[in-house]
Amino acid sequence: MQFGVFSVSDITTDPTNGRTPTEAERIQAIVAIAKKVEEVGLDVFALGEHHNPPFFSSSPTTTLGFIAAQTSTLLLSTATTLITTNDPVKIAEDYAMLQHLAGGRVDLTLGRGNTGPVYPWFGQDIRNGIPLAVENYALLRRLWTEDVVDWQGKFRTPLQGFTSTPRPLDGVPPFVWHGSIRSPEIAEQAAYYGDGFFHNNIFWPMTHTKQMVNVYRQRFEHYGHGRADQAIVGLGGQVFMRKNSQDAVREFRPYFDNAPVYGHGPSLEDFSAATPLTVGSPQQVIERYLTFREDVGDYQRQLFLIDHAGLPLKTVLEQLDILGEEVVPVLRRELDALRPAHVPDAPTHASRVAAKGGATDSTVYAAGDDVTGRAPASAVVAR
Amino acid sequence: MTARTLAVVSAGLSQPSSTRLLADRLATATGTSLGELGFTPAVEVVELRDLAHDLTDNLLTGFPSPRLESAIETVVGADGLIAVTPIFTASYSGLFKTFFDVLEPQSLTGKPVLLGATAGTARHSLALEHALRPLFAYLRAVTVPTAVFAASEDWGAGDSPAGRALAERIARAGGELADLMAVERRKPSADPLSTLTPFEQLLSGN
Repeated sequence: MQFGVFSVSDITTDPTNGRTPTEAERIQAIVAIAKKVEEVGLDVFALGEHHNPPFFSSSPTTTLGFIAAQTSTLLLSTATTLITTNDPVKIAEDYAMLQHLAGGRVDLTLGRGNTGPVYPWFGQDIRNGIPLAVENYALLRRLWTEDVVDWQGKFRTPLQGFTSTPRPLDGVPPFVWHGSIRSPEIAEQAAYYGDGFFHNNIFWPMTHTKQMVNVYRQRFEHYGHGRADQAIVGLGGQVFMRKNSQDAVREFRPYFDNAPVYGHGPSLEDFSAATPLTVGSPQQVIERYLTFREDVGDYQRQLFLIDHAGLPLKTVLEQLDILGEEVVPVLRRELDALRPAHVPDAPTHASRVAAKGGATDSTVYAAGDDVTGRAPASAVVAR
Repeated sequence: MTARTLAVVSAGLSQPSSTRLLADRLATATGTSLGELGFTPAVEVVELRDLAHDLTDNLLTGFPSPRLESAIETVVGADGLIAVTPIFTASYSGLFKTFFDVLEPQSLTGKPVLLGATAGTARHSLALEHALRPLFAYLRAVTVPTAVFAASEDWGAGDSPAGRALAERIARAGGELADLMAVERRKPSADPLSTLTPFEQLLSGN
């Protein structure tokens, strides 16, 4: 099972001292957090994509590439990549590029984005959210799996004889998760392709998450990718821990009460009861997160939100120490022991290459060099 | 006898509340008429005052608390609905509107609904027609023709012509709702699997 951290990249005032980090500070903090995720023995760091304040992460592959250069085992992912407002051609190019630079340590989670005004900034309309996600992803898959693509759709200009470069590393595109909170259509999309389904349940009751995951699992089996319990599921999570649970509650409460999204709403206690938010001792977190498999089945990826709402970097790094030393090793051991043998792990680049029967170079050489008009020698050899 | 469930939503704020009083009388009248039609009425009352904080939280978080969810299930699952609000500032109260704002958009489609309202003066009575009825038309609920308004003066009217007129309106409205509730209706399924669009259809853009 994979454990990791996801960040939405919000720049939020620390309610305990009124201080708001600069973009420069927050961007460096994200890099420090990602490196720490690897250092404490977690598996995944995923970064969001947003195009408006208070978020900084408009260009995730730049940040993830920089992190890739400073880590060696960390799997880099997104939370989420906007499949609606990004050109699928640019997604194909950017993530194949990142995949090469990171040695395959890349997957991505596609999302639609729920902020209406973002769509027109990129020439789109939120009312087309689902059709955009469906069409753009169908094209993205073809760009990664077919060397030369002729294509025509509703939302972007047609492609004639187009080759997206670089080609996916070892001939295997990054694994894709589809993220959705409320739309069964996206669970259906993930199931249709046999891709992963990520339910970011941090603001939602488990009854709802269970229903959405069930849609995905039933349809995954329907489309013949395996049994329902073999589908690839990821969940969000939100925790804040101190040795004594009262200390955790006291320290986290001002961040909770003023947090974007749910602040000034329900009490910390009510919200904790309704959602995966767990504020308390490491043992309380372990006990809570051991139970989610009872609702959604054995799942493959658990990501934690730990750096939002103005929490200072020092605190976030302390939380990572606790996760790495006390919480995740126990969850990993217990959940792995409970998982039946026929339930797979989340795919990685290595496992996908092995499943394909080995790595193949998929470089597409130009027919003729633009400068000399001749094909490069290596292309002649390759053919 | 076959059962029919009747949900009663009351948005009164004071205790005791004249809005609740009207709601109860409408529920009794509907129950009596259902009994005459051979049905056993099962009445469940949702007092929005008790859910005021939960409703605000739902606006902020996007999901209902367990207590609010249970109230929503009562209303959505009922065979008929009585919805009664005090008239504030020329319309239904904000609390009343909030409850209907947090329902899933299709969840009252086809639902038989009896509308009621209370206010300090009869001058507000047409709020039923210009505010409540359009709200339920938008939700594609089926409102009964008689909506019942009670002003302060009606409660003290006793056996006078005004008092008898209110009692008659209540009885007529209850009868109209019972008639609509007598018909067996399909209930929407909450399971998204039951309404899923197959992916081939999504891909083809239709």
